[in-house]
Amino acid sequence: MSIILDPSVSLTSTVDGKRRRKDMLFLALLWFGILLAVVTLVVLLVDTFLTGRSRLNWEFLSGHTSPFAEDAGVQSAIFGSLWVVLPAGISSLLIAIGTAAYLEEFTKPESKVQAFINLTIQTLAGVPSIVYGILGLAFVARGPLDWGFTVRTASVVLAMMILPVMIVASREAIRAVPSSYREGAFALGCSRWQCVRQQVLPAAVPGIATGSILGVSRALGESAPLIMLGALAYVSSNPTGFGDYYTVLPLSIYKYATEADSEFQYAAAGAIIVLLAMLLVLNFTAIVIRDRSRKSL
Amino acid sequence: MSFSPSQEAIELLDNLLPSGAQQRRRIYERVVQTVLMCTSFITVIVLFAVAGSLVPPTIDFFQEVSFGEFFGRTEWYPLFEPPAYGIWALMSATFLVMTIAIIVAVPGGLAAAFFLNQYASDRVRRYLKPTLEILAGMPTVVFGFFAVNFVSPNIVQKLWPFGEVDFYNALSAGLVVGIMILPMMTTLAEDAMNSIPKALIEGAYALGPTKREVCTGVIFPSALSGIIASIVISLSRAIGETTIVLLAAGASAKFTLNPAESVQTLASFIGFAGIGDQETDSTGYRTIFAVGTFLFIITFILNIISIRVVRRFREVYE
Repeated sequence: MSIILDPSVSLTSTVDGKRRRKDMLFLALLWFGILLAVVTLVVLLVDTFLTGRSRLNWEFLSGHTSPFAEDAGVQSAIFGSLWVVLPAGISSLLIAIGTAAYLEEFTKPESKVQAFINLTIQTLAGVPSIVYGILGLAFVARGPLDWGFTVRTASVVLAMMILPVMIVASREAIRAVPSSYREGAFALGCSRWQCVRQQVLPAAVPGIATGSILGVSRALGESAPLIMLGALAYVSSNPTGFGDYYTVLPLSIYKYATEADSEFQYAAAGAIIVLLAMLLVLNFTAIVIRDRSRKSL
Repeated sequence: MSFSPSQEAIELLDNLLPSGAQQRRRIYERVVQTVLMCTSFITVIVLFAVAGSLVPPTIDFFQEVSFGEFFGRTEWYPLFEPPAYGIWALMSATFLVMTIAIIVAVPGGLAAAFFLNQYASDRVRRYLKPTLEILAGMPTVVFGFFAVNFVSPNIVQKLWPFGEVDFYNALSAGLVVGIMILPMMTTLAEDAMNSIPKALIEGAYALGPTKREVCTGVIFPSALSGIIASIVISLSRAIGETTIVLLAAGASAKFTLNPAESVQTLASFIGFAGIGDQETDSTGYRTIFAVGTFLFIITFILNIISIRVVRRFREVYE
């Protein structure tokens, strides 16, 4: 945010040396904070790329995860990630849209229901991801559902984990729809649901899409809960159904990174590049959707 | 709800429909509303499931291990014979990693927030914001790999002035966790700064201070509640971080505050113990849930504090 009037420029002549020195020191500290973030990011990307560069070939992409460094690949991890993350994203999105529509369009901001669900969402958003792993271990992999360490277990747990992000994104998108849309619909005699379904939700689609892509990216990069749900394994085939064993990209990175043989470090870095590329594609899609919708409004 | 006609208005319009259609539409509306309401209660079910998965095994755990043993000892060997269940070994490590992370994230995040809010030109903002977004979206396993593969050997082991550093150490884990939370800290702090009314800041500038004086004298105190809340949320994130700590700090649970040593935090213990396929009906298995409950309670309290701080100390601007 830049201030329109910027008097510090015209008044600098009245600033004495001591204040000037303090200002310089303060600005230096700010730059230090910025550089800390920027330099770390650059070093991280460059170091990973240089380490993993040698692995960026077809053998690596088409090979399966393996305990032998020279055979180590990522294909089963890529497909595992897709099998786990896509259903998680879609189911979480549907629940999030329903919740957001209910809270924004059917309840009043000061109502008890809304206060209660708001508190629930805030609490869920603050739960560490590893705790979702415990939940999955107790109720989904074992216990009442007893699905074992399979694709569907991982998918359900990730869906629950990203639910708060998805809901917040959908709510913001719905809130951003101009109220004239609703007024117009109601004036034509629409019922509340007709108004939501035919006017509000279609107008909110770009916003919901951008927001939910962020949620899906989180699921794609998440490792902690899946450590507990059997994804930390070498898997030599792609999943063919929801009941199959699986591994995901973040956990093959983890597995390669913890192998003693230094040859595996290249494989870990190579897998990171693949994961970052997938995230890049997702986020690029989000940006394109955002820009398209901005033009049309 | 941005716009809502009164219930009477809707019913008035309803009355224009023929009575059969009216009836059908009302029932349909009622059904849809009920379905949506049930959907929105899924979040509540998830929260109950989280609590429900944690509490029963924790109760069983405390029937086998006394509170005195859990909270009174500093040795933690739950999976060995003879086992020891002193949570302070994990607590000290959690505190250690959290403190290092906060030392990086809070000053760094505040600096970035002040910079974005008052100093950065639009052009700089346009590059800086996406950079922070990329950093915020970076998977934790990537940070973990970076910590163990770059930060530990190239920075921590080379520059640590006080003797030997373990290859797996709390310091590189803490530093990288700090970098991981920095963008979130920046965003939350800058949101707080943005919600200060422009008139207050313009009024301050009219009195002839420098930018630094406005930052420290006006913006910082006005945004304080939001800044405190963002620090509390950062604390909670640092405490709950698993993968980075698991990769970079190793797995030796010991009671220490020495950042050069390998340590195990609450969260990284859960991940570590969850890797091995534990026998489900053992005290070792239930330890995961006991520690999980402890972790959940800590983050829950921090979360409530942050909500309260924002609500109670928010300067109300009309």
